[in-house]
Amino acid sequence: MTIARVQTLTDINTDTKNLLGGDNLEAVGLSCVRDDRVLFEDLDFHLTNGQVLLLEGHNGSGKTSLLRILCGIRMSDAGSVRWNGEPIDILGADYYRWMIYVGHLDGIKLDLTVLENLEVSRSLGQASDLSLSAALAKVNLAGYEDLLGQSLSAGQRRRVALARLLVTVNRLWILDEPFTALDQSGITLFEQLMTQHTQNGGMIVLTSHHTVSLEHVEIHRIRLST
Amino acid sequence: MSDHSLSTAFYFLLKRDLTLSIRRRAEAVNPLLFFVIVITLFPLGVGARPQLLQAIAPGVIWVAALLATMLSLDSMFRSDFEDGSLEQLLLSAHPVSVLVLAKVGAHWLVTGAPLMLVAPLLAALLGLPSQGMLTLLITLLLGTPVLSLIGAIGVALTVGLRRGGIILSLLVLPLYVPILIFASNAVELAATGISVTPQLSLLAALLALALTLAPLPTAAALRISLS
Amino acid sequence: MKMITLFFHRLSSPPYFYNFAGKLLPWLTVLCLAFLLTGLYGGLVLAPADYQQGDSFRIIYIHVPSAWMSLFIYMVMAISGGIGLVWRIKLSEIVAICSAPIGATFTFLALVTGSLWGKPMWGTWWVWDARLTSELILLFLYLGVIALYSAIDDKRVAARATSILALVGVVNIPIIHYSVEWWNTLHQGATVTKFDKPSMHIDMLVPLLLMAVAFKLYYMIVLLLRTRCELLIREANSKWVNELVESQ
Repeated sequence: MTIARVQTLTDINTDTKNLLGGDNLEAVGLSCVRDDRVLFEDLDFHLTNGQVLLLEGHNGSGKTSLLRILCGIRMSDAGSVRWNGEPIDILGADYYRWMIYVGHLDGIKLDLTVLENLEVSRSLGQASDLSLSAALAKVNLAGYEDLLGQSLSAGQRRRVALARLLVTVNRLWILDEPFTALDQSGITLFEQLMTQHTQNGGMIVLTSHHTVSLEHVEIHRIRLST
Repeated sequence: MSDHSLSTAFYFLLKRDLTLSIRRRAEAVNPLLFFVIVITLFPLGVGARPQLLQAIAPGVIWVAALLATMLSLDSMFRSDFEDGSLEQLLLSAHPVSVLVLAKVGAHWLVTGAPLMLVAPLLAALLGLPSQGMLTLLITLLLGTPVLSLIGAIGVALTVGLRRGGIILSLLVLPLYVPILIFASNAVELAATGISVTPQLSLLAALLALALTLAPLPTAAALRISLS
Repeated sequence: MKMITLFFHRLSSPPYFYNFAGKLLPWLTVLCLAFLLTGLYGGLVLAPADYQQGDSFRIIYIHVPSAWMSLFIYMVMAISGGIGLVWRIKLSEIVAICSAPIGATFTFLALVTGSLWGKPMWGTWWVWDARLTSELILLFLYLGVIALYSAIDDKRVAARATSILALVGVVNIPIIHYSVEWWNTLHQGATVTKFDKPSMHIDMLVPLLLMAVAFKLYYMIVLLLRTRCELLIREANSKWVNELVESQ
C-alpha cells in the first residue's frame, strides 16, 4: 500500500495562471481498489495550463485505472476529480468537450477509411479549424485519407488515433501509452505535437514506459507502486 | 453544445454504422436468412395443413421476427466495445442517449427494416389472407424499432460479458411480450377483416414510449459496462 | 422527522445495520410465527369450505399472498436498486440483490400453487390464465436479474447493472400485465377463472390478510439474514468485520 505524492509547482505560479483564467484539473483524495487490492489511495494533484503529468509505475500498478478515473469512465472508490472546480461526474459533457482520451485501443474502425474514421471523431467533439487532411499531414500520414484501417500498420493506426487530438478543440489530453507501436520518427513527431499543445496552453496527463523528453515543458511525475 | 453539432454527430455516427454494414454485407444478411429459415421450419414441424398454418401465421412470423432481432442484437455494440470506439462515444461532448439513438437507428435499418421486405412473401407461404398483409407490414414497421430499442438496453448491460449472448435472451425476451401480443393479434384480426386501430395505436404508443425512454437506461448501462 | 432521517443515515452504515438487524431478528421471527400460525389455523381449519370448490380453495392462503409478495418484492428491489444507483449507497444495492432470489422463490411458489389449484378445477396442470402467465414472465424477469448479477465479476458493477435492469423491469411490468390480461380475454373468452379475487366472506378474508402479513415478515427475516451475510462478504477486509470475527 502506498501513498502517491506529486511534486507541484510553487503555489505562486499556480495562482497566477488561475488569475489569467486558465483551466485546471484537480484530483482530491482519489483511491482505487481492484480485486481487493488497494492500488492507490489519498491521491492528490493539481494540473493547470501548460503542464504535463506523467504517471509512472510497473504494470498493474493502477496507471490505466487512474487515467480512466480521470476520464470519468471508471468510478473511483473515494475522492473526486474536478475540472475548474466542478466534479466531472456533474459536469458530464461540459468536461468532455475539453478533453480527449487516447487509450490502449486505437478506436479505429478497420473497415472504414482513415478519413471516415476521423470524420466521426471530429463530430463527437468540438470541431477545430484544422481540416482532416491537414491533421493527417501533421502526423505524417498525408495521402492516407482513403486507405482502409485494415491496410495500415499498427504504428500508422496509432498515428491516426493521435490525429484525433488535432481535429477537435480541446485543452486536456489523457493518453495511455501513446507511444506504443510508434517508431523513433513517430515518437519524435508526437513529442513535438505535445510540446506545441502545452505551449498553446493545453494540459496532458499520460503514462509511458518510454522516456518522455519535452523541451521547455514542466513535467510533473507521480509514481504508483504496489 | 449547439444543435447543429449534435445533429452532425448523429448523422456521422449513423453514416458510419451503415457504411460498416454495407462493407460487411455477408454478416448483415444473416438475421434475414434466419428469419426465413425459422418460418420455414413451422410447416415442417406442425404439418402442412393449410387451416392450421393460416391460424398460426401471424404468431409464427412475429416470433421469428423476435428471434431474428435477438440474434442480431449483439452486433450493435460488440465491435465498438472491442476496438475502443464505444469509450469514445461515452467521452463525446454530446449526450450519449442521442448517440445511442443513432446506433439503434442504424441497427434497425439493417436488421429490422429488411424483415418487412421478406415478410409478405413468407406470410403468403403460410396462407395469410391478403387482407392481413398491410397490417402485417404496419405492425413490423411499428414493432421492429421497439425491438431494437429495448434490445439495446439488454445489449448495453451485457456487452462487457464474455458470454453475454446467452443471458441477453433471458433479459430481453420477457420485455418483448407486449409487442408480440399486440402485433400478432392485430394481424390475426385484420386477416379476418376486423378493424385493428386500437392494437395499432397501442403499438404506436409503445414505439413513442420506447423512443423517448429506452436510450436513457441504455446509455447508463453502457457506462456501467465500460467501468 | 429529523430523528427519522438520522436513523436512516446511521442505518446505511454497514456495522450499524448489521447489529441492528441482528437485534431485530428474534422479534421478527416470533411475530412471523404468530401470524403464520393464526393465519393457517384460520384458513385451514376455521374458514368454511367454499360452496363451489370445497376444500381445494384453501390453497389461496398460500397462492394469493405469494403472488402479492412476488410483485411487492420486485418493487422493493427496483426502488432500493434505484436508491443505491442514484445516491451510491452500498446497503441499498445489497438489499436489492438479496431480494431477488426471495422474490423469485415466491413467484415460483405462486406458480406451483396456482398449478396445483388448477388440477382439481380444470383437470390440467397448467392453465394459460392471465395471472399465471404474468407470474411466469415475472419469474423470467427475476431470473434475468439473478443471472446478470452472477455473470459480472466486479460486484459493485454488477449491483449497478442489475439496478438498471430492475428499474427497466418495473416500468415494463404494468405494460406486460395489461397486455397479457388483454391477450387472455381474446382467447379464453367465457371461462371464469377462480384466480381472480372472488367476493370473500370475512371469515375467509381475515386469514388471508394474516397470511399476507406473515409472508411479509418472513421476507423481512430472510432479507435481513441474507443482507447481513452479503455485508460480511463484501466488507471482509474492513475493520469492523475483523473485530467481529475476533470477538467470536
